[in-house]
Amino acid sequence: MREVITDTLVIGGGASGMAAAVECVERGCRTILVEREESIGGVLNQCIHNGFGLHVFKEELTGPEYAQLFKSQIHQKGVEIQPDLFVVNIDPKRREVVTMGKGGCVVYRPRALIMTTGARERPFSSLRIPGTRPAGIYTAGVAQRFVNLYNRLPGDRAFILGSGDIGLIMARRLTLEGMKVLGVAELMPHPGGLARNIAQCLDDFDIPLRLSTSVVEVRGRERLEGITLAKFDPVTLQRIPGTEERVDCDTLILSVGLLPQNELIESFVETEPVNRGVKVDSFMRTTHLWIFAAGNNVAIYDLVDFVTLDGKIAGQSAARMVRDGFLPEKRIPLARSEQIGTLIPSFCCVEGQPFTIYFRSKKTMKKARVSIGPGIFETVRLGIKPSEMVDIPFTVKHFGKLKQLGLTKIEVSIKEVP
Amino acid sequence: MRELLRVAVIGAGVVGSLIARCLTRYRCEVHIFEKEEDVGWGITKANSAVIHGGYDDPPGSVRARFCAKGNAMYSSLSEELGFELKRIGSFVLVQAPEDFPYLETLKAQALDNGLSGCAILPAQKVRDLEPHIADTVLGGFWCPSAGITEPWMVAIGAVENAVKNGARLHLSEAVTGLVTAEGSRGRRVVALKTVRGEYPIDIVINASGLWAEELSTLAGAYCPPLHPRKGEYLLFDKFDPPLVRSILFPIPSSVSKGILVLPTVDGGLLLGPTATDLPKEAREETSTTREGLSEVLYSARKLVPTLDPQWTVKTFAGLRPESPQKDFAIGKTEVEGFIQAAAMRSPGLTAAPAVAEHVVEEVLRRECGYSLESNDRFTPVNPPFVNVSNLPLEEWEKKIETDPLYGKIACVCNKVTEGDIRDAVRRGATTVDGVKFRTRASFGRCQGGFCLAKIAEILARESGRSLGEVKMRSGRTELLRGRVRE
Repeated sequence: MREVITDTLVIGGGASGMAAAVECVERGCRTILVEREESIGGVLNQCIHNGFGLHVFKEELTGPEYAQLFKSQIHQKGVEIQPDLFVVNIDPKRREVVTMGKGGCVVYRPRALIMTTGARERPFSSLRIPGTRPAGIYTAGVAQRFVNLYNRLPGDRAFILGSGDIGLIMARRLTLEGMKVLGVAELMPHPGGLARNIAQCLDDFDIPLRLSTSVVEVRGRERLEGITLAKFDPVTLQRIPGTEERVDCDTLILSVGLLPQNELIESFVETEPVNRGVKVDSFMRTTHLWIFAAGNNVAIYDLVDFVTLDGKIAGQSAARMVRDGFLPEKRIPLARSEQIGTLIPSFCCVEGQPFTIYFRSKKTMKKARVSIGPGIFETVRLGIKPSEMVDIPFTVKHFGKLKQLGLTKIEVSIKEVP
Repeated sequence: MRELLRVAVIGAGVVGSLIARCLTRYRCEVHIFEKEEDVGWGITKANSAVIHGGYDDPPGSVRARFCAKGNAMYSSLSEELGFELKRIGSFVLVQAPEDFPYLETLKAQALDNGLSGCAILPAQKVRDLEPHIADTVLGGFWCPSAGITEPWMVAIGAVENAVKNGARLHLSEAVTGLVTAEGSRGRRVVALKTVRGEYPIDIVINASGLWAEELSTLAGAYCPPLHPRKGEYLLFDKFDPPLVRSILFPIPSSVSKGILVLPTVDGGLLLGPTATDLPKEAREETSTTREGLSEVLYSARKLVPTLDPQWTVKTFAGLRPESPQKDFAIGKTEVEGFIQAAAMRSPGLTAAPAVAEHVVEEVLRRECGYSLESNDRFTPVNPPFVNVSNLPLEEWEKKIETDPLYGKIACVCNKVTEGDIRDAVRRGATTVDGVKFRTRASFGRCQGGFCLAKIAEILARESGRSLGEVKMRSGRTELLRGRVRE
């Protein structure tokens, strides 16, 4: 067993972890990045489609290209990468991170810890869909891995359940590779993925998107033989009897959501009750003051660019804490109105620096007024969709207003306006 | 020298595999025939995994005779064969005052069956041990010797041990016929036909689960009529600290023990089963239903109201054989050499070790009079099935020094290393499910989202096959069907 003392330790080498590590090392911190896979890059490595980087690099990149830009920086700037290393345990009292790898056990004692552990896919078997359990049912990420990294196709005729972005991307990918993609079903009355993916991955290939529809039964003893679809009421989300329809397919791909992965810290940091994402403040700091977090383990983002930006903030904040020995601690909660789902951050540090509020609306709205306050500021946004995050900058001016009003919490609300 | 007695055990479930292992204590030729590609994939694979206390079987039934004894045998068996056993105790919970007399009956039966430590506990005592139970619970019957295990590991361990002691395992080899001949004492079995060939045989032990009646027909022997009874289950994610610590039973119905809430050995929470009687032919009908899953949730929440369906990681259904007598059918038949170990309904798993011993010692040796010499080279012990991540850190490190693959985690949720998966393949796993059930890789929260591809890769590598040939389980269950254009 070896012990290593470091300034910052980043767990997870995906989009936010790479960004955080670069920020830390640029600010003079000794930075170690721990990755459980053989190489860093995270899920970007298997996302060979384009559409990444429009915000951060102002150009359209593939996942591996986007990752490569960070990998080069990481190597140039001297982040110490520890691949093939698995974090076994984090001891919050002793501030120890116990890892195990091919070289045995290493215990890290970082002055600041950055959790960038990402998300996992919601599995089929958690959906309680009745029927058999045949081969041929895969989450979109698993299918993507088989197709893009192993050059294998899952089957011949696929149906896709859930209209999350990876599902849409896979609809196109499987079609291009010669599989017949019969359709995409989405339980909600609105798509789960980005509008551009609906257009480029489904519409361009005549793949039907069936909203308010879901899979209610799976058939086939050995290999998947077919599924039964049914319509669901858009308001109550209850199944409408008599709308059942059988579809024959040998492959079912699932894109029914991602879940933040926080197994290592969820027993001692606060998490959001809805999706178990870690609660962070505007410094991207968790409720343990030496632990920072960013990316899909905080909440599920729509764009990797935003993940990168929040990763950078986590890195900057951690580096500042290492340098100064402290970060301003006083923070007030952000509260959401009923129409808002995901909201980041959970707290605002009143002595903090400008940050961005990200949220998702639960409903589609043509035009909406976003209020931050009460009384700090309001802004009007067009074309609000549940699949796309709204980003609202919270500036120096707004901090001034916040102080002036003496608020003890910041309410974020959204209202449709004509 | 006289030829060795040739014994065929049909079915490598818990019952068949334990019988086969018992047989290898003696010098005889033991064959285990299993139609599936792996061991323990029938009834054994999907049930409540409870080692029952042995207090609730009707006095005088065959079940009562073997249950308490089987329970007691599990401790040494788990040490010898290397599977996990946790004696976490069970409660039968009372929610209506008129049910208290039933607990008195259980207490009396427990005494009759020689169980110690059973007691009727008041509500507060029960709640101290199980804080999440419903407010309506008025008390409970506590049985400390009840436990949980992984039934498929019992079968895997027993078969591995039997093979080590000389038995021959025939996987993917369904029995298609039995040849009988007229002997001095009536008809007797002389040979057995499978999909691969014909084997001369002296004894056939029928441990074929839901197929026991058909197999008996092939032999011309009587077997009670059997039909499948389906049980649907929900498996919930792990909780820290655990939500439920012991096995929680409701007051049973006339049909079954009711819907239970209990921990699994790896820390999950199991809810179920339903009890739906199916027609005879539905021996592979293990699909879940909307109604069944709703019933499980509804009934489980009567015991533990805070159970939330969003914690589900998996749903599944299993079948168990039921007969009109609601009892096991064990012993010799009118056909010489054809021995039943059939109708093993609940508590079949618990009773299995005692049944196995009975079949060999009482039925074969005493009743049928076969003289069997001891197998001097019999070793009862298997190397345990280890997950290196469960070892103390220093020991885990030592394993890594022997092989770096023990330092490479494949299954993130249950911390299973590539070394453990490779070992499982070398110890007999040929499919994804084979790896899964031996190592618990992909049993956790992500249900294979991270490790399925890795398991497939290791299986392909270790067995010298291509990724396209890797299967989920028996039959046409290949994971992948084509290639990306090159």
